[in-house]
Amino acid sequence: MSLTVIPEENPDIQYTNDVKMSIKDLNFFYGKKQTLFDVNIDIREREITALIGPSGCGKSTFLRTLNRMNDVIEDIHVQGTVLLDGEDIFAPDVDVVALRRRVGMVFQRPTPFPMSIFDNVAYGARINGLAHGAGLMELVERSLKRAALFDEVKDLLHHPATALSGGQQQRLCIARVLAVEPELVLMDEPCSALDPISTARIEELMVELKQEYTIVIVTHNMQQAARVSDRTGFFLTGELVEFDYSTKLFTDPRDKRTEDYITGRFG
Amino acid sequence: MIRPPLHQAGLHLRRKIANKLMWVFCIGATLIALVPLGMIMFYLLEKGLPNLTLNFFTQLPRPVGETGGGMKHAIIGTLELIGIASAFGLPIGLLGGIYLAEFGNNKIGGVIRFTADILASVPSIVIGMLVYTTVVLHSTPRPHFSALAGGIALGIMMIPTVTRTTEEMIRMVPMALREAALSLGVSRVRTIFTVVITAARGGIITGVLLAIARIAGETAPLLFTAFGSRYLSTDINKPIASLPKQIFDYASGPYPSEHAQAWTGALVLVSLILILSAAARYATRGNSRMVR
Repeated sequence: MSLTVIPEENPDIQYTNDVKMSIKDLNFFYGKKQTLFDVNIDIREREITALIGPSGCGKSTFLRTLNRMNDVIEDIHVQGTVLLDGEDIFAPDVDVVALRRRVGMVFQRPTPFPMSIFDNVAYGARINGLAHGAGLMELVERSLKRAALFDEVKDLLHHPATALSGGQQQRLCIARVLAVEPELVLMDEPCSALDPISTARIEELMVELKQEYTIVIVTHNMQQAARVSDRTGFFLTGELVEFDYSTKLFTDPRDKRTEDYITGRFG
Repeated sequence: MIRPPLHQAGLHLRRKIANKLMWVFCIGATLIALVPLGMIMFYLLEKGLPNLTLNFFTQLPRPVGETGGGMKHAIIGTLELIGIASAFGLPIGLLGGIYLAEFGNNKIGGVIRFTADILASVPSIVIGMLVYTTVVLHSTPRPHFSALAGGIALGIMMIPTVTRTTEEMIRMVPMALREAALSLGVSRVRTIFTVVITAARGGIITGVLLAIARIAGETAPLLFTAFGSRYLSTDINKPIASLPKQIFDYASGPYPSEHAQAWTGALVLVSLILILSAAARYATRGNSRMVR
């Protein structure tokens, strides 16, 4: 057996060590059924954190806890703390609406609103009073550019968003989130309904967005997690089995279950 | 395993005959159902069309004995009554529907839903009586019939239809769309009034148009609320004419010229309802295309 040293950190990546969101001992109950068990993760600023695991392992539930999107569901119960820049998002005086402005979300299926492309992107900014008039126009343009969609839709801004292709719609949804200028963007399998070309575009986009945003992505696609993320967490039946640098987790996992899963030997 | 024989003459024939027979019954029942509709349209066109001139829309009734004249007062009256009914019934119906769809998954929601269904099946004459005792008898300076009372009666009739269709349409809006708006830092109420209503718009418009079509032909609730009038009036505090009531008065009178007017009035009324229903279907069909 030869001795090889596997670097824990990828030398090409600049890791930050500022914790944007800190999740401590998170337990989640759906009615009487517990679906998350003592999850502890630190999400670092300006990094992409990927969450992988088989269907039903709780990774989506976990993601939806980070902007309290689960609040819409009745009969749920959360234990533990989630700190956003040191503030507990479950504290009783927290304004969920303000929290979600800081922690935006992109969903599995594109969800364009039944309005024009422009109005879609302007929607959140208008309602939150972030910009109007020329400023709004500029914000929409900037957001569409950041989502790498502007060139494709610049002449169609007043056409219905529903006429766009699935991949374009998903980038529109990303532009719509960026327009409210969140600090953290949660992505719940954002490419699962898209073809490989659109998927590649969104992956490029994520890497670019990392310059300014902190991203957490849930994905079923392990290659995607390995390609884009800095750190990866592996969930299994509601537990966070392993959380490490992606380069480490995908090449030299510490836990046998992680290894079984990433090598496809999962039973 | 039992393998049914491919050639079993008796069974095969019996099944074929039964099949044909049921087919004939179904077609027959459909045709019989269409006969009254066909007859209505035929009679309306035959008896109503000769009188359907511009005068019918622009002139008032002539004194008994003279020929000619029109139903301008009743057409305007019906439109005004629809306007009052909408101003009264639509806000209540729409907001009620929104409440039931978004916050109505509880006991109160169940009670409201049940009440709305009962209200929908209350005979229209009873609603007329209700408005008579609450509005007409309490109008100032002394009890009197009025367009307002008629509009309120019709408005009450609109509420359950509008409430339930609005609820159904809003429920059909995917949860993902709501969550997408919420995730942008938009409150629940604003999400409902901006994204959800926009998405359900086509269906809600359909419900509203069908409710209007339904009340446009109502006579009973107007008998002792709006009462009727032979004169042109737009005053909401005075009795007002309406197409159904005018048709009723003319049709039950002794004069052939009035009978002819009644037929034409019926033709106009049915056309109005037909146009509203067609518009309602169009609104639903254009659901996705109505988006600007």
